[in-house]
Amino acid sequence: MQKRLVLDQQQIDITLKRFCYQLIENHDDFENTVFLGLQPRGTLLLDKIVALLKEISGITVPSGYLDATFHRDDFRRRDFPLKANETKIDFLVEGKKVVLIDDVLYKGRSVRAAMDAMIAFGRPQKVELMVLVDRRLTRDYPILPDYYGVKVNTLDSQYVVVEWVAQGNPADAIWITEKVTS
Amino acid sequence: MSQLSTRHLLGIKELSEADIRLVLETATNFKEVINRPIKKVPSLRDITIANIFFENSTRTRLSFELAEKRLSADVVNFSSSNSSVKKGETLVDTVNNILAMKVDMVVMRHASPGAPHFLSKNVPANVVNAGDGTHEHPTQALLDAFSMQEKLGDLKGKKIAIIGDILHSRVALSNIFCLQKLGAEVRVCGPVTLIPKYIESLGVKVELDLQKILNWCDVANVLRIQLERQQIKYFPSLREYSLYYGINKKMLDGLNKEIVVMHPGPINRGVELSSDAADSSHSIILDQVENGVAVRMAVLYLLAGAKG
Repeated sequence: MQKRLVLDQQQIDITLKRFCYQLIENHDDFENTVFLGLQPRGTLLLDKIVALLKEISGITVPSGYLDATFHRDDFRRRDFPLKANETKIDFLVEGKKVVLIDDVLYKGRSVRAAMDAMIAFGRPQKVELMVLVDRRLTRDYPILPDYYGVKVNTLDSQYVVVEWVAQGNPADAIWITEKVTS
Repeated sequence: MSQLSTRHLLGIKELSEADIRLVLETATNFKEVINRPIKKVPSLRDITIANIFFENSTRTRLSFELAEKRLSADVVNFSSSNSSVKKGETLVDTVNNILAMKVDMVVMRHASPGAPHFLSKNVPANVVNAGDGTHEHPTQALLDAFSMQEKLGDLKGKKIAIIGDILHSRVALSNIFCLQKLGAEVRVCGPVTLIPKYIESLGVKVELDLQKILNWCDVANVLRIQLERQQIKYFPSLREYSLYYGINKKMLDGLNKEIVVMHPGPINRGVELSSDAADSSHSIILDQVENGVAVRMAVLYLLAGAKG
């Protein structure tokens, strides 16, 4: 199987630091800001950003995990329903500046569903989107990230895989692989 | 696995352990949903569900209706007391007429055991059994298991007592199937006249002494005396039943252990359960009602989710 490295450990570390400084620039003291990591894979990125931001600025931004399974537009269009993950948000987003965080932006459908799910917790003042990888040629919905690590040109026949040490991988890395066709 | 092995929920007997665990896991997600400021998700917005009740129901019908509405389904309600059933229409004709109006799922309660099974073979919609006579009440068993699990963790090896009118109870049978599949040990307790003759063939031990079963169990699931299903007298009087099989707070406190008291409702206060026991810290009866909506949302979501 063909596999191409997009970002290695060092590049990811630099990208995450850049994200934090961009957030500080845009959100100042984070007084009215909350972060939501999209289940299942955006939550790992969220945890890293929250920890790094605390290290850099000493600020702990309220954060939660958001699962959009019940808001997806492909329910009853798949062979079987997707398994839901935990939503863990112990605050309301009413009047808040929300930063949605996910690892890969692909078709934009998950982000649309996430925005729908988020509204159940109130009407935010503003919503931003942060992704590590923007697959810019495969969008179905008009959704663009406010913060991105890297833009890649990929085909539907390819996967973008984000590997984290926390998941048992030897190093943090982002790869493009070919889907296996049998 | 994220799919049930069946397209109908007719009884717990037909479900695998994996099916039950999938429903309980999915119900955890829906419990979070129904505690949000906006308690609604759009999953079933293109589905119409008919609640067809040939027997009286308050809790179950309301719980199903709320579950359906919180999944954004369109809902139609039907009760036999004001329908053409009174004019002699058959069950299949009644349901097929409802389905002709483009209904996708049917939730049915019926006095005859096996009615939902019969219906599932004769209509194209998904069928959910909301109680069929003295046979099964699968969503009640699932919500009971969910409530127990919430309180005690995994039910493997847990000791569950079902106390009261076992003979006429569909809840008892569904609970026995469900809890055994989850690895719990189940015993039943009640007057010998209200214990089904061959219940031990299900791997269930019978205990006639209430105090002994309370000493043994982690959970006491107390059932109502179903006078409406009793054609003959099974015990001399309600007062005598209450003296021998009624549970009060003093008994529970005297056990000197953690015990969970459950009841599927409606409670006959002062008969099977005294008011102070029903409202005590041992009781999770109102949790059961809340969990009922989450569990029914999970069942409807999983049944509707498979590609048609």
